[in-house]
Amino acid sequence: MNLLDIPVLGLALQLLGYLVTVCTQNGTIILALTAPLAFGALCGVMCERSGVVNIGIEGTMLAAAFVGWFVASIASQAMPADPSPFFGATPGLVIGLLAAIVCGMLVSAILAWLAVTLRADQIIAGTIINIVAAGITGYFDVLFSTNPIPTAGKFEAFVPPSFLTDLPVVGWLFSALLNQGPITMSLIVVVIVMEVLLFRSRWGLRTRAVGEHPKAAETVGISVIRLRYQNVILGGVFAGLAGAWFTIDFGNSFVGGMTGGRGFIALAALIFGRWRPVGAFLASLLFATSIALGTAIRTTPPTGQLGTILGAIPEQFFAALPYIVTIVVLAGVVGRSVAPAADGQPYERESVS
Amino acid sequence: MIARLRAQLLVPAGAIVLALIVGAVIIIVTSPLAVQKLDLSLPLATYWALVQGSLGSIDGIVDTLRAASPLILVGLAVALPFKAGLFNIGGQGQFLIGAVTAAWVGAALSGASPFVALPVAVLAGMLAGAAYGFIPGWLKAYTGAHEVVTTIMLNYIAMQIVSYLIQGPLKAPGATFARSADVGNSALPVIFQQTAGHPAHLGIIFPYIAAVLVWWLLYRTTIGFEIRTAGANPDAARYAGMRPRFLIVLTMVIAGLLVGLAGAGEILGVQGYMVAGYSTNVGFDAITVALLGRTHPFGVVLAGLLLGAMRAGAPLMQISAGIPVQMVDVLQGVILFFLTADIVVRWVFRIRAAGSGGPEKLATVSASSGGSTAK
Amino acid sequence: MLTDPALPAAAVLAPALEMRGITKRYPGVVANDNIDLTIAPGEIHALLGENGAGKSTLMNVLYGLARPDEGEILLDGQPVNIAGPSDAIARGISMVHQHFMLVPVFSVADNILLGAETMANRIFLDRNEARRRIRELGARFGFEIDPDEQVGRLSVGWQQRVEILKALYREARILVLDEPTATLTPQETKEIFVVLRRLRDQGHSIIFISHKLYEVLEIADRITVIRRGAVVGQRIPSETNEDDLATLMVGREVQLTVDRGESHPAAPMLRVEGLTVKDRGRDVVSDVSFEVRAGEIFGIAGVAGNGQDELVEVVSGLRRPTAGKVTVGDDDLTMAGTRVHHQRGVSLVPADRNRYGLVMSYPLTDNLVLTEYYAPPYSHGILRDDAAIRNRAIEAIKEFDIRTPSPDVTAGTLSGGNQQKVVIAREFDRPLRLLVLDQPTRGVDVGSVEFIHKEAIKKRDAGTAVLLVSAELDEVLEMSDRIGVMYRGHLVKIIDGRTANKEAVGLLMATGGREAAATPDAPHQEVGA
Repeated sequence: MNLLDIPVLGLALQLLGYLVTVCTQNGTIILALTAPLAFGALCGVMCERSGVVNIGIEGTMLAAAFVGWFVASIASQAMPADPSPFFGATPGLVIGLLAAIVCGMLVSAILAWLAVTLRADQIIAGTIINIVAAGITGYFDVLFSTNPIPTAGKFEAFVPPSFLTDLPVVGWLFSALLNQGPITMSLIVVVIVMEVLLFRSRWGLRTRAVGEHPKAAETVGISVIRLRYQNVILGGVFAGLAGAWFTIDFGNSFVGGMTGGRGFIALAALIFGRWRPVGAFLASLLFATSIALGTAIRTTPPTGQLGTILGAIPEQFFAALPYIVTIVVLAGVVGRSVAPAADGQPYERESVS
Repeated sequence: MIARLRAQLLVPAGAIVLALIVGAVIIIVTSPLAVQKLDLSLPLATYWALVQGSLGSIDGIVDTLRAASPLILVGLAVALPFKAGLFNIGGQGQFLIGAVTAAWVGAALSGASPFVALPVAVLAGMLAGAAYGFIPGWLKAYTGAHEVVTTIMLNYIAMQIVSYLIQGPLKAPGATFARSADVGNSALPVIFQQTAGHPAHLGIIFPYIAAVLVWWLLYRTTIGFEIRTAGANPDAARYAGMRPRFLIVLTMVIAGLLVGLAGAGEILGVQGYMVAGYSTNVGFDAITVALLGRTHPFGVVLAGLLLGAMRAGAPLMQISAGIPVQMVDVLQGVILFFLTADIVVRWVFRIRAAGSGGPEKLATVSASSGGSTAK
Repeated sequence: MLTDPALPAAAVLAPALEMRGITKRYPGVVANDNIDLTIAPGEIHALLGENGAGKSTLMNVLYGLARPDEGEILLDGQPVNIAGPSDAIARGISMVHQHFMLVPVFSVADNILLGAETMANRIFLDRNEARRRIRELGARFGFEIDPDEQVGRLSVGWQQRVEILKALYREARILVLDEPTATLTPQETKEIFVVLRRLRDQGHSIIFISHKLYEVLEIADRITVIRRGAVVGQRIPSETNEDDLATLMVGREVQLTVDRGESHPAAPMLRVEGLTVKDRGRDVVSDVSFEVRAGEIFGIAGVAGNGQDELVEVVSGLRRPTAGKVTVGDDDLTMAGTRVHHQRGVSLVPADRNRYGLVMSYPLTDNLVLTEYYAPPYSHGILRDDAAIRNRAIEAIKEFDIRTPSPDVTAGTLSGGNQQKVVIAREFDRPLRLLVLDQPTRGVDVGSVEFIHKEAIKKRDAGTAVLLVSAELDEVLEMSDRIGVMYRGHLVKIIDGRTANKEAVGLLMATGGREAAATPDAPHQEVGA
């Protein structure tokens, strides 16, 4: 008797098998899709661990995406060059990447100014960054549509040696990890480095203290305000990388609103991952899988009964899947997870008179 | 009282002025792209075109009123939850759901008597919007899921719902592109039209009625008192025997009602049907409207009219000055920025801080939600 | 002083710390008035004074949190300028604050490391070395502590030890302890004293800030008494006693007391039976039973944090108890919410008027109807009656003498005393069966204090049962017909108000009855065990 013929159990097994197939066949693109989410979530980790809520990750990413593309395009015009063997990098692309990072840092600095110095409501401050970024990039997007400039292209994915990718069982893993552009490839390393630093370094200890009990930190001589500024701006580096992924790593052009809510999914990944870099990465992986799943079901649907069932579900459901998953995560996980204790509370220094 | 009113108006006015200046700088800097040459006088031409396009003719005024209508309604739907300590960014999703429901019911009743079809279609849109506002409200009240993230997620989900419905069950037979059937007799009648293409439909009067109702609710009823107290001091509200969770849900439901009305108005009054790719920025525009109007219903009306004028004048701005209509988005964002960083406005215009009133209103969102996206 | 041969020998060495002529002014008050303080090396020096006497300000100056207007500080005979906490720490001055500055989710080691991190290299912490040093320090001073224990799980006494370890890890030579025994059990206090004596014997200087007379006599080598910002006396424990110190602390001014007159209590109105409240696994209120009769004032004395907050919350309906029963008259209100309490004639003047008492951004009109807005005459159905609300406000302002230009100003603009009057006007001005007063005169000017006390007595004489909870012992003694003392969640004793003795009650507040059997202190001491 075929195991798959048992009604419900068989269906579940078939679903499981299908999911595994999708993941292994699409491992490369799943990891690539994880990059903007995870870097966005890392930005969130830096900010919220220090006690600053950053709703503006979406806007920061969008601004960095645009700036990265624009500067890369201009720089490529000024310094034309052939793509180098190293990720297909050209001076233009590299300058664009740096510009995206700097843009992320600047936008985050503005958020830090609003939240830490002006002590404005952090959620409003983040929302305003989103709105301003959307407005300005949308405006420039229209201008550049009517006045197109030659783009810089994008970084090329590294091609791993075939003896690794041809391995049975684990070949797809090597392909997924190594057949990526520079930003995605650096992701796992960055995640591990940040996790280690956050829990084993002096900076990490002080950062977490500032997010949990800023007054205790201040009384042992740590400047809460300065550390918050530093960390929010560091978060901006990650948001900048996330933005650059859209326009010079994964894609090669800018489209208005192209971040598509990824900055908010990153927030959910942050919470689901318990404010830890590794957790945020794993959660981002989950969300990216749900994004990829939607496309996979349309392009390579399963066969048989499962295929009929899945085929009957409208494609829009799968496009909406990551957002639905986010809500479910927030509703279910929230009760059990604990944010840094001082998260979101503006800090008022004791006046030294 | 007059002094307090004056103080309330100074910062928004200052923010607008500063935004216009920043906008002028952007216009000048981008003029080579827009009009192929560096033009220092372009800002003047741009702003003048905005004014001309919105207030310079009867058609312009009608366009302004028509554009302001959804802005005011959705602005109210942001301002009301704000009073309860909630940040409703779901205007876009609630609007789409209200619109698609009105398109559906309107098309279904397109042959019926207008006296039945219209009210039923409008009501359907409102109730659908209310249901879509209920979801994040309930989630916040009973699971603590922060409404800022859930409403944005719901916005994206609503886009998919609309896409599915319009390309599927609601697709008008025989249409060349995916769209819903015409609403026929469910349409809002045109009450005034000087030139074709600039109709003033009945729905234009809804926002003002709604503003008065919201004002009445907030300041004249016990429920409004409870809503405001829950936002101003949730602990005191609890001590006073109010039920914060119920109030959260109620507020979001009313907000959804208002946005659903706006969506229904747009379909039944302006479009007549809905396309699959229908997109709207009204949810975020409404945030500007609500904050510019200091979250007071009458302030929201004024701010909505201002933003509506800008939207109405934008096409003329693009045609005669060459600046894309997206400049309005830029201006709006910059106004919002200066409202939040109001310290800059105060410094520039030497406005002394209000004794009570201004900054604390914007501070309640984080306070009652515990600040973190997790709570 | 230093040349007095009667003083301990240690005093003739160069003083570890000298504060000369320290004067610090704040708007409207001279917090420190020309204070001289000399601390010898290897000395426990007590700084005694009432709340607001100026002790905290002086220590803020020492720690670099405040700059003195006049005077100078000398360490080991050298004048120094202390720029801030890090500078103070670098110079060997460490402060253990009254409210612990510990991160609950961090381990002991991490809390100690924070700000004084022992590094393995430029980036990474050396936790192993830290653990080693912490264990060594602990052993040197007589206690074993696990450096990896999560601080939030430690008992208060052990958190205290962690704070002291923080100071020692930074090689502090001068430790300032601000009310260190405020939240310790008698046994914990004994054990901390052992630690302190060892520190002193090894040459550290300790400034012990307290207002507990008998403790100071027990532990200090020398005592400096501060009153109203100035030093009023110096003593050696062997040459003084509690009365002498009390007189110095309090001064000879006559305290204004209200004559509360005779009470004529009737039948019991409030009955609390077997009340237990669990919070995060601990019993914060433990099997409390008592009665308050109509027409009497029952005062609950106790150091803040011994369960009074939770008791008040249950009695007023803000919180449900884990076990027990609360009845007012014939009504069982154990599980009832605040509105039902209010409708049954129970009113609360809360300790924190910012939280439960008033909405600071609302006008007085709205604040005055906060608990009754939903019924006639203030509303009919869902419609508010603004005229009725306003009239009520005008009446209340007149009757309770609330100093305000109009009923429309927001509550946040009033002074503390007037804010409290608004709360009282709202809560008192109706027929009451039970009135709960929680710290009713905190942050209130002297004139309003008298008014509030008079009004409470008026209520009592009209037949209301009054439950007064206050951390100010004087207030409880002055107002109460009967007094109960709360200690670690238990109501340890009930005394007649007419014969109550301040020292005896104070002792009960601080010790819960010294006869209480003491068990050796383990790190995870269950509170109330």
